[in-house]
Order: sequence, then structure tokens, then C-alpha cells
Amino acid sequence: MAEHHHDHNDHHDEGFWRKYIFSVDHKVIGIQYGITSLFFLLVGFCLMLAMRWQLANPESAFITQDQYNMFGAMHGTIMVFLGVVPLAVGAFGNYMVPIQVGAPDMAFPRLNMASYWVYFVGGVVMMLGFLTPGGAAQSGWTSYAPLSVLAGKGAFWDGQTMWLLGMIFLITSSLLGSANIIVTIFQLRAPGLTFMRLPFFIWTQLVTSFLLLLAFPPLEAAGILQLMDRVAGTSFFMPSGLVVSDVVQDYSGGSPLLWQHLFWFLAHPEVYVLILPAMGIVGEIIANNTRKPLWGYKSMVYASIFLGFMSFMVWAHHMYMTGMGTAISAFFQATTMIISIPSVIILTAFFISLWGGAIRFNTPMLFALGFLPMFGIGGLTGLPLGLNTSDIHLHDTYYVIGHFHYVVAPGTIFALFAGIYYWYPKVTGKRMNETLGKIHFFGSMICMNLVFMPMFGMGLAGVSRRLWDGGVSYAHAQEVLNLNTFSTHGAIGLAFFQLFFIFNFFGSLFSKEKADDNLWQATTLEWCAAPSPPIPHLNFATIPEVHRGPYEYSVPGHNTDFLPQTLKKTEA
Amino acid sequence: MDIPYTVKPRPDTGVYNGKMGIWLFLASEVMLFGALFSTLILLYIGSPEGVWHNSVKKLNVPVATLNTILLITSSVTIVMSWASLKMNNLGRYKVFMAVTILLSVGFLVIKGFEYGEKFSHGYFPKTNTFYAIYFTMTGLHALHIIGGVVVNLYLLLPGAKMWYTEPERFTNRIECSGLYWHFVDLVWIFLFPILYLML
Repeated sequence: MAEHHHDHNDHHDEGFWRKYIFSVDHKVIGIQYGITSLFFLLVGFCLMLAMRWQLANPESAFITQDQYNMFGAMHGTIMVFLGVVPLAVGAFGNYMVPIQVGAPDMAFPRLNMASYWVYFVGGVVMMLGFLTPGGAAQSGWTSYAPLSVLAGKGAFWDGQTMWLLGMIFLITSSLLGSANIIVTIFQLRAPGLTFMRLPFFIWTQLVTSFLLLLAFPPLEAAGILQLMDRVAGTSFFMPSGLVVSDVVQDYSGGSPLLWQHLFWFLAHPEVYVLILPAMGIVGEIIANNTRKPLWGYKSMVYASIFLGFMSFMVWAHHMYMTGMGTAISAFFQATTMIISIPSVIILTAFFISLWGGAIRFNTPMLFALGFLPMFGIGGLTGLPLGLNTSDIHLHDTYYVIGHFHYVVAPGTIFALFAGIYYWYPKVTGKRMNETLGKIHFFGSMICMNLVFMPMFGMGLAGVSRRLWDGGVSYAHAQEVLNLNTFSTHGAIGLAFFQLFFIFNFFGSLFSKEKADDNLWQATTLEWCAAPSPPIPHLNFATIPEVHRGPYEYSVPGHNTDFLPQTLKKTEA
Repeated sequence: MDIPYTVKPRPDTGVYNGKMGIWLFLASEVMLFGALFSTLILLYIGSPEGVWHNSVKKLNVPVATLNTILLITSSVTIVMSWASLKMNNLGRYKVFMAVTILLSVGFLVIKGFEYGEKFSHGYFPKTNTFYAIYFTMTGLHALHIIGGVVVNLYLLLPGAKMWYTEPERFTNRIECSGLYWHFVDLVWIFLFPILYLML
């Protein structure tokens, strides 16, 4: 690190590779994360389009059954682990956390670079799965044993093995990244930036990082164990006397439920990893565009911390159907009801923050406002799944798919779009086109609902998820089959409206107009103390000093309607 | 301008960046091994009467005891190496660090022979769930030891030149490496009685 130390001081010219590819500057790494994860989101989206086409036209056999399974498993994996989390934590976290806390860089710049490249390798390894003879992993994004262990049994060059290796890389990457973010927030806060003066976005990043740090290792352990099952022939997840195609399998003594426990011990906190940064982004944008402080900022902070704690205690509500017993189910049902409270507190605080504000309806704000009801639908439809009686009917149906997609797609992804529109001027110095942005928003808003709303109907009718023919061969599904077509039309429309975003995203780079340093007249450090884009390597000419809370908007008795965090009390 | 608190502790948190980083990393390691210990307990409860006990009896307790002694000693020597730097004695640091590395390599060599002995008698991870978890956990622990040896070798040889430019920062590095080393030692202190003595 000694060499790096000098780079900071003399700031000599670096070569292309050092500056853009193997950079240690958190801003470059954030952009790398952003581009890579947006690309993966597009890949995951395309897989979904192929599946939706198949579901609407099952007789066409557009993709084979194996391909359907592959696309399904990889769609989930790519969206969660290669798309949304790296975008929310890798890109936004990396780029915004140091600037918002007034730090020259992340605490460990070289570790930061490592975490990006490990993520990149993990993504490549995952995608290599498609090139293996058996194709990519086919056992769902949850990779339940024994199915996953038996898939391409014993082969090392196999989609499932690549999935496991890819996961181990991704977990390592998020571990390095999250430790870095936590240390940056605790150690590198600018003078005067006390914890209760941190923007809500920083709080959500902090809680998210703790979740990543502590919840991911058990999945790493589970991944190692499954790798052992596949490659070394152990029976961690394989029960005794398992018969497949009339052949008794050579395994004994393991427990398939163990995999589910270890998997969901990660994957439930993962849900909050997906949603918390989204809430953070929405908080920033709502405060800024209502020109009001966030209502109940402290309650929101405590709610997100509580959410973080509780998320470790609800994992088995994904497993009501495993017959683990009513006492345990009752426990997890209770914790699940409890965890809905902090989410509701945060959402309610957002709604109350809107009350009486002079709202500016620009593109980021529209996406943030779109997030609120969409996440609301996602959250409320989750309650019947958390109660184990109603879950018996709804488990593994399209209802579940509708529920979590409402949380993640029009929920989290809308918030991420909001963040992109909001911070794009900060990162590039250019502003994104508002008209295209609004077309993108209204089109996506309508299409998202067209895609996911019908799924509730199908699920309530009892149509299972992961059906290649969309339910054609099931008597009980006949009445709702037309919803499949409906949903597919929505998906095609959604694809069409994303073209506006892609065009806007790249086209705006060439816009001649330079964005103001504090375009949105915001109070937080990244807007009020750093130029757009921030100066390379150091962010700030001098480390800013913080004198006030994060959202001092419309403070009575002042000429301006916002008081930057750097403004001294006496100057105001 | 530099990244603050890379060397000196931040007054309100009381630690420098690296130390907080290593503690967070260890927290995640606790979760990693915690998941594996939970797996061990669950598999043990599900195993048929006597199978695990009979497998445990085939493990070599004296050799594992020797290994435990080696690891605990190495934990002491790495503290001594850090203390030597605190007392401005680079030569003694190098001696203690070299001893630490030798002890760790000794651990690995003995572990290797122990594995070899098991393999030659036909005990593989595949044999039953006890051997599966035994080989997985001790194997993962051995990987951690290898990681530690690589870092310590770096700190002993090429990394040591930092002492002449930034002595305090270098001393901090040894402290962080030492914390990690204590953790690896601690994992073994749990593994040894549970795998060799208790079941």
C-alpha cells in the first residue's frame, strides 16, 4: 500500500489500465460495478423474455424444457446476485458512501478493486455454466438438494458446479465490499458528521453491509458442502435410500433440509439487502423533492436497524411445507409478522413526508413515488405467505412470484432507476433527458403491473411456478391461462420502454449542457461540497466540515429553502 | 490529503481502519464456521447410534494434541513478534515471525500425514457423514492456515521493508495478521475437542 500512498500525494498521470480498468478510485469502481450490473440485469431480463414467450405460446415449444429450467434458475441468480445487489451496494454504495460521508475514498481502496474483480470473475464463472455440455444450472435459484446434487452428477465441468463456484466468488466479493463500506462509514465520517446527521441512504447501506457480512458466510459454507456432495461424493444434503429412476443412489445420512436452512439463512436477509438500499435512495429523493425533512428520520433509522436484526430470525417461513412442526412454524410466523412492522414504519414515514410538501415531479421523484405503492403491494401480499395456514395453499404458486417481484422489480428496481436519474448528473456532469425519463417511467409503471398483477390471479387459482407449459396440462389452470398471454404482452411492453432508458443513459453523455454542481439544490455532502463530477481520487479539495443534519429543507426564517450540511450554524 | 485513520486510531471509535476491517472479517468468519458447526450438530443428531463414535475412535488423538500445542505456541510467538516491533526490535520480530511460520507449516505437514493415514486405511469424505464433516472442516481450517502462512511470509520477507518507512503502520499490520491468526487458532481449539474427543 506504500506505492498507493504516494499516488495520492503527487497525483501523477496514470496509464489507461490503472485509470479505467484496475483503478483503486471508488468512483471508477462504482461506475464499473454499475455498468457490469446493468449489463447483467439486461441479460437476466432477456432470459425472462424468452421464458415469458414460451409461457404464452406453450405449443410453440419456443425453448426446450431443459432450457426453460436453465433460464429460470439463471434469471433468478443473475437478477439477485449479479444485478440488483451489485447495483445497489456495489455501484451506489461504492460511489456515494464515501462522498456522502465526506471521505476522500473508501477505507481500503485496493480491497475495493479486488471486490469488483472477484465479482466480475464470479459473474463470468456463472455464465460459463451455459457453455458446459449440460448447460447452466437447472435447479432453480435456490438450488435445492437433492435435485441440485444429482444434476450432472459427479461432473466438475457442469452448470451446477459452475453455479456453486460462481457463488463462492460472489460471496467473497460481497464480503470484502461490505466490510469496506462499514469501515468507511464508521471511520471516515467527516468532522461533525455524527451518526444522527448521516443521510438515511448511508444508514441503509450500513445495515445492508452488516447483513451481507453476516448472512452470506452460511451460504458459502452450504456452497462448499454442496460442492463436496457433488465432487467428493459426501452426503451432506443427500438422504439415505434415495431412489432416482429405479436406482438406489449411493448416498446416506444427509439432510436435504439442511441445505434449505443454510440457504434461507442467507436468502431471507438477502431480501432486506435488496430492499434497504432502495429505501435509502427513495429517502434521499423524497426529502429533496418535497423540500421537507424526512418525517421521523430517527424512527426510520431505528426501524432499519431493527429490520436488520429481525431479518436473521425469519428464514424458515420459506419452509412451512417441509413439515418442520407447528411449534417451529408458529415461531417463524410470529417473527415474520413482527418484521413487517419496521418496513411499515419506514413506508409510512415516506408517505407522511409527502404530506404538505411542494413536490417537484421530476423523473427521479416519479420513480421514487412509484416505488411506494409498488413496494406496498409487494409487502402486503407477503403477509398471507408469512401465515402458515394460507401459505399451504399459496406456496410455490405464481402468487409467490407475483409477491416478490412486486418487491424487487417495480419496488427495488424502480428505486434504483430513481437513483440513476438522481445521481447521473453527479457522476457524469450531464443531465438525463426529462421527457425520455418520463416516458420510461410511465411506460414501465404500466407494464410492470401488466406483468405481475395477473400472477396473483394465477397463483390464487393454484397454478404452480416453474411450469414449462404455463399450466396447459392442468385442469385447474384452464380458466386462468389467458393471464399468461396478458403477462407476456406486459413484458414485451416493458422491454420496449427500457429502450428509452438505454438511449437516454448513453445519449445524455453527449449532451452539451453541463449540469450544475448542486443541480437538485440538495443539502447532503455529495451535492453541496463536491463538484459534478467529483475530482478524481480525492473527491474534495479539502475535507468538508459538517454542521447540521442531512435534511434541513425549508427551515423557517431563511432566504433559501435548503441549508447545506456544510453551512455553519452562525452563517445561516 | 490521505485516507484518514489508516495508522492512528480514530478517537471516537478507538481503532484504526485496518483493525476494524479485520474484526469485521472475523465476524463473518464466525458465521462461516458457525454454519459448519451447526451442520455438524445436525448431522450428528441424525446419525445412527454408534456410527460417529466408532469413526471418532479411529482418529489419532496424540497427533492432534501435538498439533494443538503447535498452534497455541504459534499464537504466542506471533504476539511476541508484534511486541518486538512495539519495542523497536526488527531482528527479534523476524525471529518470532519465522518461528510462527515454521510452527504453522509443521501443523500442516502433520495434518497432511494424518490425512494420508486416513486415506490409506480407506477412510474418505465419502465414507460416512462424520468423515465428510471432519474432512470438510479440518480442510477449510487448513486452507485458513495456508492463507495465514502466505500473509505472514509476505510480512516476514518483502513486506518488512515498510518498517523503514512507516514503522507504526507495519506494526499495525502485524497486529491484524495476529488477530486473524488467533481466530484460526480458536477455530482449531473448538474443532479439536469436538471432532476428536467429545462425540
